Amino acid sequence: MVPEDCLFTKEHEWVYREGDVAVIGISEYASTELGDIVYIELPEAGAAVQQMDPIGTIEAVKTVAELFSPVSGEVIEINQAIVDHPEIVNRDPHDEGWFIKVRMSDSSELDVLFSHDEYQEYLGEQEDD
Amino acid sequence: MSATIFEKGMNGRSGSYLPPNDCPVGDLDLAAPRRGEIGLPRIGEQDLIRHYVELAGKNYHIDKGMYPLGSCTMKYNPVINEELARLPGFAGLHPAQDEADVQGALELMHRLERDLCEITGMSAFSLQPVAGAHGELTGMMIARDWFRRRAEKRTTVLVPDSAHGTNPASVAICGFTPKTIPSNDRGLIDPGALAAACGDDTAVLMLTLPNTLGLFERGIERIVEIVHGAGALVYMDGANMNALLGIVRPGAIGIDIMHVNLHKTFATPHGGGGPGSGPVGVREHLAGLLPVPRVVESGGRYSLSDDRPETIGPVHSWYGNFNVLVKAYAYIRSLGGEGLREAAENAIINANYLMKLVSERYEIAYPGPCMHEFVASGSGLKRFGVRTTDVAKRLLDYGLHAPTVYFPLIVEEALMIEPVETEKKETLDHFAGALSAIAREAQEDPDLLHKAPVTTPVRRLDEASAARSPQLCWPGGCREP
Repeated sequence: MVPEDCLFTKEHEWVYREGDVAVIGISEYASTELGDIVYIELPEAGAAVQQMDPIGTIEAVKTVAELFSPVSGEVIEINQAIVDHPEIVNRDPHDEGWFIKVRMSDSSELDVLFSHDEYQEYLGEQEDD
Repeated sequence: MSATIFEKGMNGRSGSYLPPNDCPVGDLDLAAPRRGEIGLPRIGEQDLIRHYVELAGKNYHIDKGMYPLGSCTMKYNPVINEELARLPGFAGLHPAQDEADVQGALELMHRLERDLCEITGMSAFSLQPVAGAHGELTGMMIARDWFRRRAEKRTTVLVPDSAHGTNPASVAICGFTPKTIPSNDRGLIDPGALAAACGDDTAVLMLTLPNTLGLFERGIERIVEIVHGAGALVYMDGANMNALLGIVRPGAIGIDIMHVNLHKTFATPHGGGGPGSGPVGVREHLAGLLPVPRVVESGGRYSLSDDRPETIGPVHSWYGNFNVLVKAYAYIRSLGGEGLREAAENAIINANYLMKLVSERYEIAYPGPCMHEFVASGSGLKRFGVRTTDVAKRLLDYGLHAPTVYFPLIVEEALMIEPVETEKKETLDHFAGALSAIAREAQEDPDLLHKAPVTTPVRRLDEASAARSPQLCWPGGCREP
């Protein structure tokens, strides 16, 4: 799930599309900004999620962030490995450190997300602020 | 790291010798007999004292230096308060003593309740909650029972994102659902957004005033009007009341329930120095719901009464942390009305003076006059590879306690600074000078900051491992269950 093939949200989640399934994680920028992640709370498999609803919690040493679902649909799988070992997300946010898989109810929702290039541009603007 | 007291001990040594037992040994209930030695350290009295004096020397505390922890209000705790709390008539009391023998203690509680009512404009106070967050929970329980008695089903509590972090937790523990209200670009509640969020399901708006950005809600009267218009209650987290003493009476602006922190606003020790106390005040319509027992006075006699049919019940054993009440009462009475107002004014003046100095090197999250505290940001140092954590750790090398960092969450790389009224100008200058020097170091030699602290008994701790796999027992001290 190389970053170049992913779509991104303003809240720094990435989405990788596998047919009607969206694999979701947080960007390398987010994992670096958060610092050492110590606790992750994910929705349960089977849960219905709405686009940009908070669906989980990411706790780092000094801060807490919410995980937003980039798409609507049903959670079909969660990555238990990152719940047991949150440090995986810091080490490998784009591959081993994926969060959840959602079966999309409306894949046109992907249209509003950033492409990789747009996301890089967005990060540039954030740095300038 | 020094050895623990257990490691310093040795079999055969002792600091005290008990006389042989000359009483008959009764029949003990051995349902749960002790399985072995209880593992007390075996150490002589002199070494015991040296051990703790050594630890005390390493400790950092308000009697050693400034403690600018934003939102924690670490002000000076006058010694006279300690002396009065140690008067034998207070210190030697047992909570089960007959009321006739503790008239003075009950009178003190009654007077403190009245003083808190006078200061805050609330109608009645309970001194029972033993911490700020305990006060919050008590307040939420009062709101829950209020709506239950009126057969209104309201499940949501609105909490601005500038509130204390304990607020949503207290809400959730009480069974309500917390809902975040985002601040506007001035760090305040937007009345329009609040009105949109308020509805039939809203039970309470729980706001911290002044908020954690050190800002007073300028539209507070409108805010209260909106919430009351929706049939909901307004709860004020009064942990920052030290900025309002003698200036704003929350009861007069329509706040329904609030707590104050005696261990912050009223100068009783905290942060390991003493237990907390978070009295809860309410306006008249909610007075019957306060926890029991209540202190009542009749014809000059004081007693404790449980006769309150609408009460939420006790929220702690006995009557909370009595000893702390004595210290807070002593503080209020030594300062008086004028003095309390002056304390609040000086807290605001000190914060604004320090904010101006700090703003030369650090961005201020919400510029403009602040109340008792302000939030700076270390984000300007990120281009040198330096984070707020590094600044905080480096301050320790300057012999200073770091401010609160990474809170409130709405400010990136936050440094939340509260100088309090009891620090003099030279101390504030020294603190600001250290922060400026560190900003210079960040630019010239960032590694100095990454390695900090280098002068403390322990260096930088592995906080990630401590949180991921905490070891909560000293290995030598834990026995098999």
